[in-house]
Amino acid sequence: MSTPTLPPGLAIQKADERIMTLNVGPQHPGSGHMRIIVQIDGDYIVACDPDPGYVHRGEEKMAEYRNYVLNIPHLERPVIHDSCNILYPYVLGAEELLGLEISERAKYVRVIASELNRCVYTMYWLAIYGIFLGHSTMFMWPAGDRELLIDLLEKMTGARVTHSYFIPGGVRNDLPANFEDVCLRQVNYFEKRIKEYADVFYDNPILISRTEKTGILTRENAIRLGTTGSVLRASGVDYDVRKKEPYDVYDELDFQTNVLKSGDSYARSRIPWLDMMESCRIIRDALQKMPKSGSVRVKLKPNPKGILGSVYKRIESGRGALGCYIVSDKKPEPYRVKLSVPSFRNLIALPHLLIGEKLGNMPSVYWSLNYWPVEADR
Amino acid sequence: MSVIAPNFKLSEFIKSILDNAFWILLIFVLVGVPAVMFILFFIEMPVINGELLTPFLALTWLADPSRTLPILKAFMTTDLFRIAAFPGFGFAALIAAGTIFVERKMLAKLQLRVGPFYCGKVEGILQLMGDGLKLISKEIIIPAKADKPLFWAAPVLFVATAAAFVALIPVTPGWVVADLDVGLLAVFAVIGFFPIITILSAWAANSKFPFIGGIRALFQMVSFEIPLILSLLGAVILTGTLNLSEIVASQSSFPWIIFLPVGAIVFFITMLAELERIPFDLPEAESEIVAGWLTELSGMMYGLVQLGTYLKLYAFAALFVVIFLGGWNGPMIWPPFPEEILTEGIVAGPVTAHIPGLPVFSQEVLNGILMFVLKTVGVIFFILLPRGVFPRIRVDLLLDLGWKKLIGLAFVNIFIALGLLYAGILGPGGIF
Repeated sequence: MSTPTLPPGLAIQKADERIMTLNVGPQHPGSGHMRIIVQIDGDYIVACDPDPGYVHRGEEKMAEYRNYVLNIPHLERPVIHDSCNILYPYVLGAEELLGLEISERAKYVRVIASELNRCVYTMYWLAIYGIFLGHSTMFMWPAGDRELLIDLLEKMTGARVTHSYFIPGGVRNDLPANFEDVCLRQVNYFEKRIKEYADVFYDNPILISRTEKTGILTRENAIRLGTTGSVLRASGVDYDVRKKEPYDVYDELDFQTNVLKSGDSYARSRIPWLDMMESCRIIRDALQKMPKSGSVRVKLKPNPKGILGSVYKRIESGRGALGCYIVSDKKPEPYRVKLSVPSFRNLIALPHLLIGEKLGNMPSVYWSLNYWPVEADR
Repeated sequence: MSVIAPNFKLSEFIKSILDNAFWILLIFVLVGVPAVMFILFFIEMPVINGELLTPFLALTWLADPSRTLPILKAFMTTDLFRIAAFPGFGFAALIAAGTIFVERKMLAKLQLRVGPFYCGKVEGILQLMGDGLKLISKEIIIPAKADKPLFWAAPVLFVATAAAFVALIPVTPGWVVADLDVGLLAVFAVIGFFPIITILSAWAANSKFPFIGGIRALFQMVSFEIPLILSLLGAVILTGTLNLSEIVASQSSFPWIIFLPVGAIVFFITMLAELERIPFDLPEAESEIVAGWLTELSGMMYGLVQLGTYLKLYAFAALFVVIFLGGWNGPMIWPPFPEEILTEGIVAGPVTAHIPGLPVFSQEVLNGILMFVLKTVGVIFFILLPRGVFPRIRVDLLLDLGWKKLIGLAFVNIFIALGLLYAGILGPGGIF
């Protein structure tokens, strides 16, 4: 029997007097549900080994034992703040496998819910980014302004965070009466509020001096490492699934993608904030173009069976391109569901960014990757 | 359905209270009163109206309330009162407690939330007391490999040093615990003691995060001590004394901040760094190193360090007031003591009460206290404000700021002071 080999972070290495190993997490205010093993020489990080997996829940395996509709409540658990978006590719794929045609109004309602949810997620992310940099006002303001959109989503779906709103065949229920006016008012106020964040946070000289030119991810590396979403766009790559492979009605809506060239953690933190303003634009546009009446839901047979085949769908979530691969074998349950999540793909860049940085840059670089630990573990 | 005390009975509860009261009274009468008499017998007592105060006379206020004020005034001349109550620890702790409350409520208003709300009915005013009780009742856990004597000593030493700092601050004319001729030098000596305590505590914990926090605190305090000392020298050059009371007295017509604004700005920034407040809270940077050098401290050890921190905050704000804002000087807004109470007594219906010993404080002293407290609270407000506005700075930027910019500005301040002195505008023999 051979000697057991330890995982890289746990292996006992040749002790160097100058190197200190720090276990940042899982019980650490700056880690989330994961562990980052960093080795520091003085104040400089010489090695970094992210260690996710503390919140693995086997969502993909669970999906093989439930039918296409029952899969909905548990598949949104990995990112409850972005629950509409994580369900979106699964629902698109299931519709194709079940052979459903959904109405135009349902498509618009989905887009509105998805964009509202993106803002809700980004506000939560921004709150934590603020507190990671020691800016407690930037923790409280997004957490408070997020309530505006949560109220809207509650009116739409009936739940504050885990909406379970998207189903194969449309959305679960129609919009409430007078929703358009309320939504327009709340979204306009929300946009006004997030513009104020520039004064207190994004234009703050201390923030700029701390995050500019740190954790630089070049354009080549961003493509080579397979990062997505805001990380990719902050490195100067103009890639947004909503533009490149439009799903539902995104090709009819008027919006643009935000791209910054510098690739440092300041740019990575600024892109989601700019995206929120684009989301507001999309919501206003969609409210205008949406058909005012019509069905939003296709009546499903009980226990619908999929066709023999597989489908891969992807959408742009709050963190980046989120893909879902479903294999069906003519049973009510899918044969296999695979979620390709942006968090895990963005985390891959972390060791490349942290080496050579100062320890004080660790939280800002780590959280600027737009990473959600629970989603990466699934 | 109560689950807190299922066997609660009111009669037994009252009985237990009466029992406790009986035993406390018995112990007080049999041990406390003799002990007080015994101590008073050996203490050198003051003279009131040509009559030596004896322990017996000191306790006669129980029988004759009109003797209360003279005895209180006699007690106020003792060092014990100065150290424990007015210009010393008690006064500073009161302002520190107020600071914590104001900080919480002000920050809450800034961040669109309510802050402490339930404890104490009115706007959560007793929240601090609740927090203190919680800290006292918590278990103190010490790491197995810690250096126990040093680890225990650090919080106590921290509070003691902060209290020593408080003792040097002149609050109002004649009211200072230690009126030293080298007062400002003593301040520098006390400030120089804080990094030693910090690094000793961090090292004694024998843990990684406190160690990094301690090293950061050492970096920060040592590199900001030099601009701090240099920024205060301008006022020393202009007044020609190190005595803090005399520095305050020299500002009776205008505060030094008018002529030395550069020094005041440098001192304010270095003060934030010495106090480890945002944006300079690197030694306690939560998202990087948990709680820095406070990580392993638990229960009341942590509470003591927090008490010391806020005493230090008060002392630094008071030092800013003393050096740059003119201390107790200010317009006389306190109303004078009504003389007819002394001559005619207080008429309360059919009785006329003559109270010997009034007034307890003179008008100048009370006005001085008012001015001093107003200015100190103002400075404390500006110390608290950056916490709602700025993120945390990084170590290299901090050292860059301390060594390159602030020291240069402090020298500019000294040159301004020297120029004013040699031009004959200010200082001994100057125009003003």
